[in-house]
Amino acid sequence: MSTALVTDLTIFVLALLVGIEVIGKVPATLHTPLMSASNSMHGIVIAGALLIGVTADNVVGYILAFVAAFFAGANVVGGYAVTGRMLKMFRRKAAPAVPGEPVPARRQDNAS
Amino acid sequence: MSTFTANIQLLYILVAACFVFGLHLMNSPATARRGNQISTAGMVIAVITTFVLLIHDGTVTAVGWTVLIVGGLLGAAAGLWSARTVQMTAMPQLVSMFNAVGGGAAALVAVHDYINLESAHGGVLGTTTVTTLLDVIIGSVTFSGSIIAAGKLQGLISGQPIVFKGGRLLNIALAVITIGTAGFMLTTASLPALLIVVLGSLAFGVMMVLPIGGADMPVVISLLNSCTGIAVAMAGFVISNWALIVAGALVGASGGILTKLMADAMNRSLGNIIIGGFGTGDSALPVAAAADAQIRSIAADDAAIQLAYASKVIIVPGYGLAAAQAQHGVAELASVLEDHGVEVSYAIHPVAGRMPGHMNVLLAEANVPYPQLREMEEINPEFPRADVALVIGANDVTNPAARRAGTAISGMPILDVDQAKSIIVVKRSMGTGYAGIDNELYANAKTSMYFADAKKAVAEMTAAVKTLVG
Repeated sequence: MSTALVTDLTIFVLALLVGIEVIGKVPATLHTPLMSASNSMHGIVIAGALLIGVTADNVVGYILAFVAAFFAGANVVGGYAVTGRMLKMFRRKAAPAVPGEPVPARRQDNAS
Repeated sequence: MSTFTANIQLLYILVAACFVFGLHLMNSPATARRGNQISTAGMVIAVITTFVLLIHDGTVTAVGWTVLIVGGLLGAAAGLWSARTVQMTAMPQLVSMFNAVGGGAAALVAVHDYINLESAHGGVLGTTTVTTLLDVIIGSVTFSGSIIAAGKLQGLISGQPIVFKGGRLLNIALAVITIGTAGFMLTTASLPALLIVVLGSLAFGVMMVLPIGGADMPVVISLLNSCTGIAVAMAGFVISNWALIVAGALVGASGGILTKLMADAMNRSLGNIIIGGFGTGDSALPVAAAADAQIRSIAADDAAIQLAYASKVIIVPGYGLAAAQAQHGVAELASVLEDHGVEVSYAIHPVAGRMPGHMNVLLAEANVPYPQLREMEEINPEFPRADVALVIGANDVTNPAARRAGTAISGMPILDVDQAKSIIVVKRSMGTGYAGIDNELYANAKTSMYFADAKKAVAEMTAAVKTLVG
């Protein structure tokens, strides 16, 4: 086993434990946004997709790079956009619905 | 390690820190938006860092830049479009599609790496291959499995479990072929073998999800989400990128936790869900009590009287509510009642909806304040104090039969609706829920059945309450 692999494995296991610790406390109310957020987070594969470009120099490489970049691009942009859209809907008090008005929940509190 | 590579790695660690912190802020609805913004910032840093790395490296050809940028932008446009237009009831499909593309991209990273190394050195040996193989297998299974799951949720593929003769045998054969070929590749580099692994994994993904029924989707989506994370982490091993490893592990952990929570809330083991068939074995026991019991039905006016003169009402929404698009109507009914001084809260079972926490999102969209959305453990002690429990489109999760042994849902955690002083159940017919057994709640002396489509029933009740209190 190479040193690099051991280092990578260490990081992987520690990150898993951090994940379990951090996510175990998320309330059920936020489970869908949590899944959506973690969905956008695995969009980090965009970095991997882009790095294909370093060695791609033939048709097969280009096709793989294109498809991977397309997939990862959809994943990362769509994931963050939909998570943001969803979280915007969570309000502490029922506010008079003003469509498309990005007023934070706190301020609605005072207003109502 | 040169200064440049060290700096790049440091930036990737910063990215990982942003992700952890962003997830941490998801612990409360009040801070969740900031969490998402921090996580987004991390992602932007990751993309910029990667571009700096690519430019510094200088080996990307003109065609390479074109395919990367055009592909990335097209994907981004597609993702943004679906994120903007998706209905909240269709969230599970979208999440499933994002799982598919994430897993697919992760698999492609490994496939490219393999092709590249194989052509360069005439063989890849040892550890590269192990992580590459795991990435390819998990990524491909996730890709095809998630597409099938999305198809089922969208109704393009039947939501019923699709089982056929020899299906299980085919599954085993696919697994043996895929893992066997992967094992062979550990010692011998071979492109055709990689192709077999990819195709075998894709077929396995399809075969794994097809036999799973629609109501098990919260578990399946969570599981596929977890798999995507692991595939991305494996891609991180393949290209030695810490950001991918950390982000992938975080997603893997989150998906894993949700999978367990969902499976527990349905009182089923993961293996049982994957193998398919609800309650196989003991589900045949009929619930004798409900068969000849008196069912009382109620009309809008009487229901309105009960609701308007209650001091505490607990609404129990189920997927039937979302399917009938009644969430906005329910929110209106609740606000009319609140204006009249009635205390209204919502009891949300963990598996209400088609993905974890789905019902909360649907109600949030209908402008229901999140402090009114109460989790099962929290609200259950309050049922005895509730004057009316209004059950809309929920069935199995309210069935007291779960408390007894010997029924298909025995042991499943349920909402204690039967403890309320009176119960109104809105339902289209006396049909059984997903578990296929009668709901004893309906025969309870305190229960009145309101036979109608959820949306229509809620509108009628709201109108009746308005006349009454207006």
